[in-house]
Amino acid sequence: MAQPITIEHVFKVFGDTPEIAMDLAYQGCSKPDILARTGHSVAVFDAHMTIEAGEIFVIMGLSGSGKSTLVRLINRLIEPTAGRILIDGRDINAASDRALRALRRKDISMVFQSFALMPHMTVLDNTAFGLELAGVGKAERQRQAALALEQVGLAGWGDSYPDELSGGMQQRVGLARALASDPSILLMDEAFSALDPIIRTEMQSELLRLQKVKRRTIVFISHDLDEAMRIGDRIAIMRDGHVVQVGTPDEILRHPADDYVRSFVRGVDAAAVFKAGDIARQPITVVAEHADRGARAALKLLQDQDRDHAYVVSPTHSYLGVVSADSLRTALQGHVGALGLAHAYLPGVQPIIEDEPVSELIGRVAQASHAIPVVAPGGHFRGAISKNTLLRFLDRDTPPIEPAATAEAANATTL
Amino acid sequence: MTETLSPSTSTASSAESTLAPTSTPWTPPQNDAVPATAWPDAATPAITAPDLSTSVPAAVADDPWASATTAPPATDTADWLGSAPPPGGTDLGSTHDSFALHQLWDGSLPVESWINQGLDWVVQHFRPFFQTVRGPIDSTLSGVEGLLLSVPTLAMVGLLGLLAWQFAGRAMALGAVVSLLVIAMLGIWPEAMVTLSLVLTSLVFCLAIGLPLGILLARSDRAQRSMRPVLDAMQTTPAFVYLVPVVMLFGIGNVPGVVVTIIFALPPLVRLTSLGIRQVRPDLIEAAQAYGASPWQLLTKVQLPLAMPSIMAGINQALMLSLSMVVIASMIAVGGLGQMVLRGIGRLDMGMATVGGLGIVLLAITLDRITQALGQPRRGARHWWQTGPAGLVWRLTQRRPAPAAPAPMDSAEAALAAHIH
Repeated sequence: MAQPITIEHVFKVFGDTPEIAMDLAYQGCSKPDILARTGHSVAVFDAHMTIEAGEIFVIMGLSGSGKSTLVRLINRLIEPTAGRILIDGRDINAASDRALRALRRKDISMVFQSFALMPHMTVLDNTAFGLELAGVGKAERQRQAALALEQVGLAGWGDSYPDELSGGMQQRVGLARALASDPSILLMDEAFSALDPIIRTEMQSELLRLQKVKRRTIVFISHDLDEAMRIGDRIAIMRDGHVVQVGTPDEILRHPADDYVRSFVRGVDAAAVFKAGDIARQPITVVAEHADRGARAALKLLQDQDRDHAYVVSPTHSYLGVVSADSLRTALQGHVGALGLAHAYLPGVQPIIEDEPVSELIGRVAQASHAIPVVAPGGHFRGAISKNTLLRFLDRDTPPIEPAATAEAANATTL
Repeated sequence: MTETLSPSTSTASSAESTLAPTSTPWTPPQNDAVPATAWPDAATPAITAPDLSTSVPAAVADDPWASATTAPPATDTADWLGSAPPPGGTDLGSTHDSFALHQLWDGSLPVESWINQGLDWVVQHFRPFFQTVRGPIDSTLSGVEGLLLSVPTLAMVGLLGLLAWQFAGRAMALGAVVSLLVIAMLGIWPEAMVTLSLVLTSLVFCLAIGLPLGILLARSDRAQRSMRPVLDAMQTTPAFVYLVPVVMLFGIGNVPGVVVTIIFALPPLVRLTSLGIRQVRPDLIEAAQAYGASPWQLLTKVQLPLAMPSIMAGINQALMLSLSMVVIASMIAVGGLGQMVLRGIGRLDMGMATVGGLGIVLLAITLDRITQALGQPRRGARHWWQTGPAGLVWRLTQRRPAPAAPAPMDSAEAALAAHIH
């Protein structure tokens, strides 16, 4: 149901004679140059990307970077100067007015920063607005609008007028209006920027919840990187009309394309973005091949390597437990012959699931005496997080984490 | 051309200094008897410069006005210059076809006679057209007037009171009834109804012309730019100026009165309609477009409803201005309260003029309050018929069938209605 959007080398120049500006642009002039020489403003400069069906795609940038223009090109509120935009393979710039209106009524909805609710209509009529334009009968559209209002938690507010609601509620109405026609694409133009932080977080959760109920292609414009990192499956960063980088949140955090992106992401709360699996490192692992031996070998390994803990995994790399030199020694004391590793597991070790955000681990990692193991939801061992790892991660100014992670991985030993 | 003429400008102005008192452009046009060749010699001093004798005829030949001014013998400005000393121009040969460039700046252009001829021409050729235009105005006017005059006074007062109650509330209704009763007591009811029919008819035509025009001006900047001076002219040109041509085209009576009133009352409605539509928040327009509104839907579902307070202010202004035109219109034999005022002034009968004036004021206040109340956005009740006297009737008709008719739909609706109130 959700539809992909392909943006192919799209330019948008504002001004009377965009051809001149386009020529300059192809020659490689920068946006300020073109503005100075022709008086034309290049709002979008060679945007080229694909937005996958069903993902939340966040377009980020400071004001004036062309992100609002780009989103309006998608539903053709603004005509591109050059390039093509395909929705589900259809070129919308080739669409007739009638086809375009049908597309806007059925498939693409938009949520606005200013809410843009009609002040002369009740909440219910506002929600049913798109359906009304599409010519849906009164009873049917009010039924669908009531459902949409219920989805956003505003059941029973239908008879109020927009100005009687708080900002957060008004934007819920805006969202309900967008959802009422059950579109496959949702364009959100700084939809939550005008809301105060608590309401904003609430609305973000609401959006993620709605996305779980039914997947839509959501193009979300934002200037707030925390918001982008929180809700975005992928993020495009724009600067002066150029799309500087497109990637998943942690790709952008790990490998910023240039200094602009780097300075952009510096302020972001990385602990909220990165997951446990992202920072877990490979500790010494011991593979338990047999249930009845291995303890002595493991103890020897730990002593040779001068380490305290080892992580026991099955041959299929499932996590089994943690052993320490002390626990091995205690288990082996007075024992003759081979002993299984299972006898030496430390009690009470609760592994971390890999997609927990780092920000929620700090307490547990700090309290534990050893690095806490991280597992995939299926039990697959991913690594461990020590206090040291966590501190290094939180220290943002020292260069990135990836060299350390690979070096550590080389350290892994298999028995 | 300007460059070759520039030396002559100075000679002209120096020559003019002797002519100064007579060559002012404000002197009205005079009788038609003076031959056309008479006027240029009043203003020939500029031509005395010998170097111009060749360039001026060329300019004349190029100029489309030249033929228009020479053809009819009616052109004339010489009469008012008769007392002036004859200008020293001797070289008339080069300008005998009666137009010269110097006329552009020495104020002797016969604009007034051009206008007169233009009007004569329009009257000669287009009078049938204007008589046809008369038709719809005439029938509307006589219809409205007949209706207003046929209703008995008290019934009319009651009806207007109910209207005021419906749209402006109970207090306003009381005020309206009192003012209308005062009009009736003054004994000027028929005159007031004639005036009211005139005002309402011109309002109907103002709406028919003004709303579409206002919408057009809101849509197109070019239309707005080109229409603005026209609207300015309609609003500021003294009514007496177009009174005469309107009479020449439409004759005298109520119809030209309505036309004059429309000219005067239309601009604010057009302006306020355009302004109201232009002031609709752009993000709402964008939202409507983003949800797939066609231009017509955008207009009817978003722009017009949101511009309604402004449009109602325009209607209110149009009404008020039409009422203020009543006295002027009475000069071209429009009946009603204006006629009373005019007659009162003419006979120095202050009583009559004051009574007529009072009638106009009372009518104006009543209409103003009702239309202003119409402009207020209404909330609460979902429909206008659920409030005021209509609401009373509505509730009565809704309540009665509820217990009587057990039809499920009816009773459900009635229950809903009862719930709303």
